[in-house]
Amino acid sequence: MTEERAEKFLELFNKGKEFTEELLRENQRLRYRVASLETESPAGLDEEVQRLRAEVQQLTEENRRIAERFKEVEEENKDFANRYIEVEEQNNNLANLYVASYQLHSTLDFREVIQIVQEIVINLIGAESFAILLLDEKTNELKTIASEGEDVMPGIETISTRLGDGVLGSVAKTGESYYINQDMEDGGKVTLEKPLAAVPLKIKEHVIGLVVIYRLLQQKDSFSAVDYELFSLLAAHAATAIFSSKLYSQSERKLNTIQSFLDLLTTTS
Amino acid sequence: MPLENANFLVVEDSPTMRQLISFSLKRFKNARIIEAVDGVDALKKLSGPDKIDLILTDINMPVMDGLKLVSLVRQNAQLRNIPIVIITTEGAEEDRERGLALGANAYISKPIQSSHLIKTISELLAV
Repeated sequence: MTEERAEKFLELFNKGKEFTEELLRENQRLRYRVASLETESPAGLDEEVQRLRAEVQQLTEENRRIAERFKEVEEENKDFANRYIEVEEQNNNLANLYVASYQLHSTLDFREVIQIVQEIVINLIGAESFAILLLDEKTNELKTIASEGEDVMPGIETISTRLGDGVLGSVAKTGESYYINQDMEDGGKVTLEKPLAAVPLKIKEHVIGLVVIYRLLQQKDSFSAVDYELFSLLAAHAATAIFSSKLYSQSERKLNTIQSFLDLLTTTS
Repeated sequence: MPLENANFLVVEDSPTMRQLISFSLKRFKNARIIEAVDGVDALKKLSGPDKIDLILTDINMPVMDGLKLVSLVRQNAQLRNIPIVIITTEGAEEDRERGLALGANAYISKPIQSSHLIKTISELLAV
C-alpha cells in the first residue's frame, strides 16, 4: 500500500518535473523571442519611419511645387487679363483711328470734311470747345473757319493771327503740336491765345491750318494715349482731306465756268 | 434675349459715331445694325418689319432728339420693353438722371470705350 502510494507520488512528481521543465523551456523560448524582437523590431520600424518620412518629404516637395505652379498660373492669368485689357484698349483705339480715317476720306465736299473733323474732335477726342483754323497763304494769316463751344471760350469763332505770332502762330510756323501741360507757367490757365492743345494740320511739312482745343467735355479729365494718336492722324489725314476737297471745289468751279463758256459759244454759233 | 442674331437700332446724326458704334456692335455674332439719323427716322424704323432687340441713341439730334424718342418708345405698348442705351456728350449727372428717369436702361458718355459699350449691352440683353 505504502509502495503503491510512493509510486503514484513519484509518478506525480515526475509529471510535475516534466511540466516544470517544459515551462522553463517555453519561458526560455519566449525570452529568446522577446530578446530577438527587441533587437529586430526597432530596425524595421526605423525603416518604415524612414520610408514614411521620405514619402512625407516627397509629398511636401510636390505640394510646394504645385503651390509654386499655382502661383505661376495665377500670375500668368493676371498677365493674360492685363494683356486682354490692353488688347481691348488697342482694339478700341484702332477702331477710332479707322473710323476717323475712313470718314475723313469719304467725301470731297469741303464743308463735309470740316464737319467730319468737328465730329472727330467732339465725339472721339471729347472736346467741348475748339476751333479749326486755316492758313491763308496770301496773307499768312490763320483764321477760324469752324468752331464749337463759343459760350465757353468767347472769341474762338473769329480768331485771326499771323504766322509766327503767339502760340498759335508758332505752331503753324514750326509744325510742332502744343499741349498746355508742357508749359507750367501761370498754372496752365487756358486763354484764347494759350489753348489746351494746338495741333497743326500738315501735308508732309507744309502746314495748312490748326485744330485748337480749349476745353474738354466735363466727363473727360485729360487727354488719353489714343487722343495723341488721333491728333497725329488728324494732323496728316485731315490736312490732305481738307486740301483735296478745296482743290476739288476749285476745279469744280473752274469746270462749271468753262462749261458755261462752252455752252455760250455753242448757243451763239 | 439672345446675344447672337440681335437687331440693333443705332440712332445718331453723326456718320462718324454711327460707324464707330456699328463697328463695336459687330463684336456680337450675327448682329444686324439698322441706322437712323434722328428720332423720327428711328420711329419709322421701329414700325418696320424688323424686330429691334436694343436701341442705342444720341440725345442731341435734329428733328427729334433722343430724350423725346426714349419717352415715345416707353409710351408705346409694342415697343416699351426694348432696352435703350443713351450715348451722348452730355456728361452731367442731372442729364444722366433725366435720361434714366425717362426710361433709358443705360447712359454712356462720349467718348465711348468699346469694351464698356459691349459690357453694358451684354448685361441688358442677358436679362
